[in-house]
Amino acid sequence: MDRDTDRYRNLTRRTLLLGGAKLGLLSTLVARMYYLQVVDSGRYQVLADENRINLRLIAPSRGQILDRSGVSLAINNQNFRVIVTAEQAVRKLEETLDKLSGIVPLTEADIRRILREVQRKRAFVPVTIKENLTWDQVATVEVNTPDLPGVSIDVGEIRSYPFSEAAAHVLGYVGAVAESELTGDPVLSLPGFRIGKNGVEKAQEAVLRGTAGTFQAEVNSVGRVIRELGREEGHAGREVTLTIDIGLQQYVQQRLGDQLSAAAVVMDVHTGGVYALASNPSFDPNNFTMGINAELWEELLSTPTAPLTNKVIAGQYPPGSTFKMMVAMAALESGAITPHHTVFCPGYMELGDHSFHCWKKGGHGTMDVVNGFAHSCDVFFFDVGHRVGIDKIAAMCRRFGIGERLGLDLPGERPGLVPTREWKLAHTGVSWQPGETLVAAIGQGYVLATPLQLVTMTARLVNGGYAVVPHLTKAIEGGEPERTSWPTIGIQRSNLELVVKGMVAVGRPGGTAYSVQIPDPSMEFGGKTGTAQVRRIGTAERNNGVRNNLDLPWRERDHALFVGFAPVSAPRYACAVIVEHGGDHTATPIARDILWECQKRDIARVMFGGPSADAGPAAEPPAIGIITTAAGSSPRKKGG
Amino acid sequence: MRLELGADQSRMSLLEKVWQINWGLVLVLCALTAIGLTALYSAANGRFDPWASRQLIRFGFGVVVMLAVALVDIRIWLRAAYPIYFLALALLVLVDVAGQIGMGAQRWIDLGVIQLQPSEVMKIAIVLALARFFHGASQEDVGRTAFLMIPGAMILTPVALVLKQPDLGTAMMLMAVGGAMLFLAGVQLWKFGVVAALGIGAIPIAWQFLREYQRKRVLTFLNPESDPLGAGYHIMQSKIALGSGGLAGKGFLMGTQSHLNFLPEKQTDFIFTMLAEEFGMVGGVVLLSLYSLLLVYGIIIALGCRNHFGRLLSLGLTTNLFLYVFINIAMVMGLIPVVGVPLPLISYGGTAMLTVLFGFGLVMSVHIHREVRIHRRAMLGDL
Repeated sequence: MDRDTDRYRNLTRRTLLLGGAKLGLLSTLVARMYYLQVVDSGRYQVLADENRINLRLIAPSRGQILDRSGVSLAINNQNFRVIVTAEQAVRKLEETLDKLSGIVPLTEADIRRILREVQRKRAFVPVTIKENLTWDQVATVEVNTPDLPGVSIDVGEIRSYPFSEAAAHVLGYVGAVAESELTGDPVLSLPGFRIGKNGVEKAQEAVLRGTAGTFQAEVNSVGRVIRELGREEGHAGREVTLTIDIGLQQYVQQRLGDQLSAAAVVMDVHTGGVYALASNPSFDPNNFTMGINAELWEELLSTPTAPLTNKVIAGQYPPGSTFKMMVAMAALESGAITPHHTVFCPGYMELGDHSFHCWKKGGHGTMDVVNGFAHSCDVFFFDVGHRVGIDKIAAMCRRFGIGERLGLDLPGERPGLVPTREWKLAHTGVSWQPGETLVAAIGQGYVLATPLQLVTMTARLVNGGYAVVPHLTKAIEGGEPERTSWPTIGIQRSNLELVVKGMVAVGRPGGTAYSVQIPDPSMEFGGKTGTAQVRRIGTAERNNGVRNNLDLPWRERDHALFVGFAPVSAPRYACAVIVEHGGDHTATPIARDILWECQKRDIARVMFGGPSADAGPAAEPPAIGIITTAAGSSPRKKGG
Repeated sequence: MRLELGADQSRMSLLEKVWQINWGLVLVLCALTAIGLTALYSAANGRFDPWASRQLIRFGFGVVVMLAVALVDIRIWLRAAYPIYFLALALLVLVDVAGQIGMGAQRWIDLGVIQLQPSEVMKIAIVLALARFFHGASQEDVGRTAFLMIPGAMILTPVALVLKQPDLGTAMMLMAVGGAMLFLAGVQLWKFGVVAALGIGAIPIAWQFLREYQRKRVLTFLNPESDPLGAGYHIMQSKIALGSGGLAGKGFLMGTQSHLNFLPEKQTDFIFTMLAEEFGMVGGVVLLSLYSLLLVYGIIIALGCRNHFGRLLSLGLTTNLFLYVFINIAMVMGLIPVVGVPLPLISYGGTAMLTVLFGFGLVMSVHIHREVRIHRRAMLGDL
């Protein structure tokens, strides 16, 4: 019995030790609980909510783009999609799809894609069967839903451009977001979200996009929505009103249609608002919204006339004789010549051991400034250019907007090029040759300008020397009003008047554009013709007679240019036209028709009380100009 | 009085025995089960079906078994200890053989009515057998290393068979309960030290024998964040559920982690997580206190018993319960690797519940027959 007592005492000790150990271990559990549930509780609550709450974005409606009188240029159409939710498809999915293909045509590839997607996604996630259903298809599907388990119709939005090709280069297009375009805005990662890829759609992306709404839902571990917790509506994108007049825009685009490759731009000389901006050939931006097919894309890229390029802002051309205004202006302003300066044109000018030829073989005789413009006498401007020098010409160009980006609200604008001595040395390592000034004086050689720069130059010449900046945006919903008053560029009024007088003379008897002058004297236009040589003319060819442009292959023909304004009595519209490889004077009739159309549309508006296109300030010139004696026509001074 | 009763105890009537049942203990068991039923009701999103209702029926059956076991004379259990042990061993071999002849890795024998899990039977059998063995051993015997070869073999044989299934959790439990029995029997502490050192030395070797999924569990345990959607998912989600429950919990039926199915196995192995999510740390501590109360009962009953067999039996069986509770809760809190050990009386499933209730039946039998003296060297015939 003693032994058992001994054993009992021993056991009691061990029991208490073991009990203590158990107590210790249970205390660890309590400590762990304390750590997880009290100390670290906040962190785990966040994690639990992250698990449980699924934030979904609701895509905002893209803002509309309107023309100056409120016509819709880019709208959102309803996009009807037929979708299938696998878990609701009671019968076999193949059978359902088979039945559906009687209403909505489905290819074998479509069906394979759908079945693959259904397998990959969770059973409650809908899979798109087909987009862009017609109304008839929608109705038929709806009626047959009892026979099509799991199939339903879903409405989304799709960007649409009702004027398709007519405003493609202005509006641009939208497309799926590329990896590089992800900026952190969560809406960009929504499936099927589209952003502006070009044109106004890209330039005004921030305004047009809007902000996404959010939808908070409680989800379970496989992501199924259990209940809605909250919803915050987003803000639709804002409306953008352009300065474009879509009627004129359509006219211009169509007028360019005869030419293989051409561009034209019309702007208000006082406000800088662009009325029309067209580049031919064009493309249909609607093809891009759903993702363009590879074939069409290849075709657009490989066409030599570059349909995707907006030639008004991205086409850089030797300006040819349209550059002569800058040469004369530089010379007059610097005092290199007087307003009465005359030059005798024998048909060529000799400088060093070179001789520089006028376009007119026999020469023009004695030329003054106005006649120099009217006849586009090259020798006159060789002389003037030689007197003033390239650097002063270049400085003058900058004041008129040539040689640098103007900041039009479109992506892809190019700067053109006006050479200086410094530039040539830096880029070629060779110093400037005096003969190069002569070549530059007639807009050849290194000089390059975009049609946008040429129209801006024209506008600044005829508006009294104000630094208008071309722009396309007239108003942004809830944004600042259009800027319509501009600082002066500081040119002497008499010099401006003299150059403009020369441009008016271009459309007068003896002038290079007289043959196509608008018959209505109140709508007369002035301007300057231009021909830009694409190839070099050798001495041998010159001796044997220069070949006619029409005998040359298209690629080697000269570019035809025209910059103009109308009406001469009170200039309001400035226009620049380039016809690539158009030969002689193909641009002038186009510019005439465009300037005529601008004014006819004005009259129609006044007479028939159509919607007033301009709600701008009082800077508006009278719709019908007063006929003034041609030569005395002076640019209207900007009011206010 | 007590002595008189003790003298009479070998000839107690059934009514007297019923009177001696420790009803406090029964009450604690019922309270725990009630908590379990509440949790199962919540796990089924506020329905009795399919879990709570069946669990209640099982508990009813288990209580009957427990009381029946309690009323059986302690001397009969002493006599049956070895046969039960060898029966359990035989069953373990049987599932092993059945597994080898193409039925896949099985852990249970289908008896039609219930599925008998030999490893669970062994958890009780090993305590019975070791209690029986050390009941007959003197202090001097226990001090002899050679003498310990027999209980060593008694522990290691089933452990090896269970490991082969493979069931790491049960093997750990058998090892631990066997160790606890040796400790209680008075084996010198330095011997445990030697075994522990050998065990640590054997880890690299043991690693070679672990199955791929077992290794993965261990690795996942060491760094659960490394694979949040793979093997570490369960532990991460369990910790999130526990942590987000906070001090007072999210409220009954309000656990988001459990009800939105982020929590795996919420009605079985991870039921503690769900409870602690909904009732917070307060709920967790209450549950642990109830389990602790059972352990205290075990100690009191053991120390109040006049035979060594009963003392060892009571302590061994409550150690079993402790191991269930500790392993399960430590696992769901990420303290030890994920091993499939249920929380007794709370988790859905009959096997663990029956094991625990059967065990407490034996503890109660010890209590009822506490005054019965059994001589150390008593031959079976003398009882």
